[in-house]
Amino acid sequence: MSHAAQRDPVVAMTGITIEFPGVKALDDVDFRLFPGEVHALMGENGAGKSTLIKALTGVYATNAGRIVVDGVERSFSGTDEAQDAGISTVYQEVNLVGNLSVAENVMLGHEPRVGPFISWRAMRAQAREYLARLHVDVDPGAELSSLSVAVQQLCAIARATVVDAKVLILDEPTSSLQKKEVDELFAVVRELKERGVAILFVSHFLDQVYEISDRMTVLRNGKLVGEYLAADLPRLELVSKMIGRAEDELGSIEARAHRVAKRSDDGVPRLEALGLGKHGRIEPFDLELYPGQIVGLVGLLGSGRTEAARLLFGADRADSGQLRLDGEPARITDPNVALRRNVAFSSEDRKREGIIGDLTVRENIAMAVQTVRGVWRRVPRKEIDEIVERYMTALNVYPNNPNMLMKNLSGGNQQKVLLARWLATAPEVLILDEPTRGIDIGAKADVQRLVIELADQGMSVLFISSEFEEVLRVSERVRIVRDRVLGDEIVNGPEVTPDDLVARIAQTPGAVA
Amino acid sequence: MSAAPADVMRRIVRHQLFWPVVALVALLLAAGVRSPGFLDVTVQDGHLFGQIIDIMRASATPLLLALGMALVIATGGIDLSVGAVMAISLAVSLEFLDASTSAEQPGTAVLAVVLGVVVALVLGLFNGFLVSVLGIQPFIATMILMVAGRGIAMLITKGQITTVTSAPFKHIGSGFFLGLPMPVIVAAVAFVAVVVVVRRTALGMFLESIGINREAARLTGVQSRNVTWLAYAIAGLLAGVAGIVYGAPTMAADANNIGLMKEMDAIMCVVLGGTSLAGGRFYLGGTVVGALILTTIERVVIIFHIPSQITPLFKAVVIIAVCIAQSPVLLEKLNLARLRRASERRAQAPKEVTA
Repeated sequence: MSHAAQRDPVVAMTGITIEFPGVKALDDVDFRLFPGEVHALMGENGAGKSTLIKALTGVYATNAGRIVVDGVERSFSGTDEAQDAGISTVYQEVNLVGNLSVAENVMLGHEPRVGPFISWRAMRAQAREYLARLHVDVDPGAELSSLSVAVQQLCAIARATVVDAKVLILDEPTSSLQKKEVDELFAVVRELKERGVAILFVSHFLDQVYEISDRMTVLRNGKLVGEYLAADLPRLELVSKMIGRAEDELGSIEARAHRVAKRSDDGVPRLEALGLGKHGRIEPFDLELYPGQIVGLVGLLGSGRTEAARLLFGADRADSGQLRLDGEPARITDPNVALRRNVAFSSEDRKREGIIGDLTVRENIAMAVQTVRGVWRRVPRKEIDEIVERYMTALNVYPNNPNMLMKNLSGGNQQKVLLARWLATAPEVLILDEPTRGIDIGAKADVQRLVIELADQGMSVLFISSEFEEVLRVSERVRIVRDRVLGDEIVNGPEVTPDDLVARIAQTPGAVA
Repeated sequence: MSAAPADVMRRIVRHQLFWPVVALVALLLAAGVRSPGFLDVTVQDGHLFGQIIDIMRASATPLLLALGMALVIATGGIDLSVGAVMAISLAVSLEFLDASTSAEQPGTAVLAVVLGVVVALVLGLFNGFLVSVLGIQPFIATMILMVAGRGIAMLITKGQITTVTSAPFKHIGSGFFLGLPMPVIVAAVAFVAVVVVVRRTALGMFLESIGINREAARLTGVQSRNVTWLAYAIAGLLAGVAGIVYGAPTMAADANNIGLMKEMDAIMCVVLGGTSLAGGRFYLGGTVVGALILTTIERVVIIFHIPSQITPLFKAVVIIAVCIAQSPVLLEKLNLARLRRASERRAQAPKEVTA
């Protein structure tokens, strides 16, 4: 029936089971991948997508099951062996060496040699060529860490194409890319597909999944739900398979989450920035946040929205302007002071600035409450357990085991734990920088609903997101950040659409060139 | 919720103290078999004597250093200066006693101890300042005092080996309390104090969070500068105590040799106890076992008549064995093999029924 069915699969995994201490990450899962197809692996956070990929690439050894690649049963003991067998991977988190050059990163392990020596000139030329295929125009000699995350991501993809791969695995390759970059990436993916490469694609963006994939395999809680042709599976049905809820229930979550509240800006703003700025990061800006108000902050990656948020939290020191809390000037010199003044900030960079991987989930949640109380006054165990229990249940953290190490949780569940950490401090001002990046649709709706509930209870929220629909769903006002200038304010209403925001962002700013 | 015996067994084997304790017991048993009477403890004049007691006494100095070192290592740092700090604190104490006219008075001895320890604390604060305020890499920052410290000790003793007599001061090194040698008491008190300061407060968790992810810790409100600074201060203070305990029996301030290479012993104790040099999780109980292993090895070498030239080699072999046994890579491999065997058994089970 399928166009690929007459061919043999290049990868066939059967009965794959993987256990971690305390959790069965994969339970008897089958998966196959045909040459010349884009196959999307779908599921919620913690469904086992990344684990399945790691089983295929030899990062994790399987407890049971068979992996057949190109008709031969294999058991890779590392990514290098998988790569030799033609399986190339681009992971969710950029896995490159920041302090090496672009060329070194792209060609790592495949350096052109003259005798025993690396030919640096040939290496740069080849790297440039691979990058050019992706339409990336960067100096191969530049240090990787000096580039934006998006460009780094493209370098990682270029690196995957260096190996003449039969199988290319793209695990959330687009989560840090802009629309134009995604289009370029997809053009390359289609080109590779034409050449007969089998592509395994993981993404939380359903639009992208439907745009690029031919076939889908859905996982839920480590178990296989089924394999479908993309054309045969309507979007709502896919989502209900992923989260295991009925379709109409989903619709009602969406409906309930939709809110365009109008609040009066009476009284004293809870948080007020007056000419706050930091040279080279964000131009001086004014911002007001009233009790119970949600203000959205939108702009392109690197526009300065994160930088503005960091100044409000004291993560960076402002070099101009003033901050007021409840009308009184406040000197927020570092995050500890901010937390004591009931201002919390959830960073967009979960891995580097959020999780403390080798501590338990319990400790990760309790951490902020503890720092507010100070190092010498230990929060009693009973109180911690209550907090942990309450928020793990409210946010539906899976697995519901506070003794697990944070690093063993899936990305989306880590995000939920981080939200729990901030909520546990009972903040009056909550700054959320991309709180739903990389988390699944069910959890996304949960987070949005939670934010609205909290605002209804009087919390002030600054909501930063690249997903304009989401910003419009929760915020009553939206501020546009463009080229390091925090500018226009849009009062949200039923008539405002995501396209309006795009148009406002695309406008050439008047003063700044 | 009752656990199967196999589960309990596995939990014991996977405990980070398991292999260090096994190594320690094996060393002690080997010595006991080779030299009967090694494990005996006798009582004379109400004091305990025996090889075991001796090992405990000798472990006191490395343990005092290692307790502070564990805190510093937890933050992802290292303190190379502890050996030199020992020399300085002892030199200060003994010079004070030497200059005093009432060295035999307990009050004077106490003052000498306090003076030495305070100087050590100041040195620890200096290290912490370099690391946490100026942001100098810990290895380099503490190397400054490691090298310069001996010179400072020399200056204090004016290049001489200062020897004094003061019975109360000597008591700290060679006296007994409740039947146990004073150094053991001092180390035990220090251990309890550190455990209380670190685990009864949030300090331990903060130290670990800094070692695991400094930026995330900062954004969670951990005042990482102060906390890191404090770790180096504690390490300095304990090094000062170690210097006095170590030097008290002989009461000779030898600026060149007191505490020489002791920083390496301290690091070894910490690592033997299951703490990673990369920082993060640290284990004070493990550090005690590490210190005991280290001292026991030195005794065992004598009992087995191993030539003193190859003592370091023997030491290294034991340490390598413990480190390999604790290796996370190995643990994971073993765990996987076990799971695989279990699933094979499960797969075979139905066949046996039908056969």
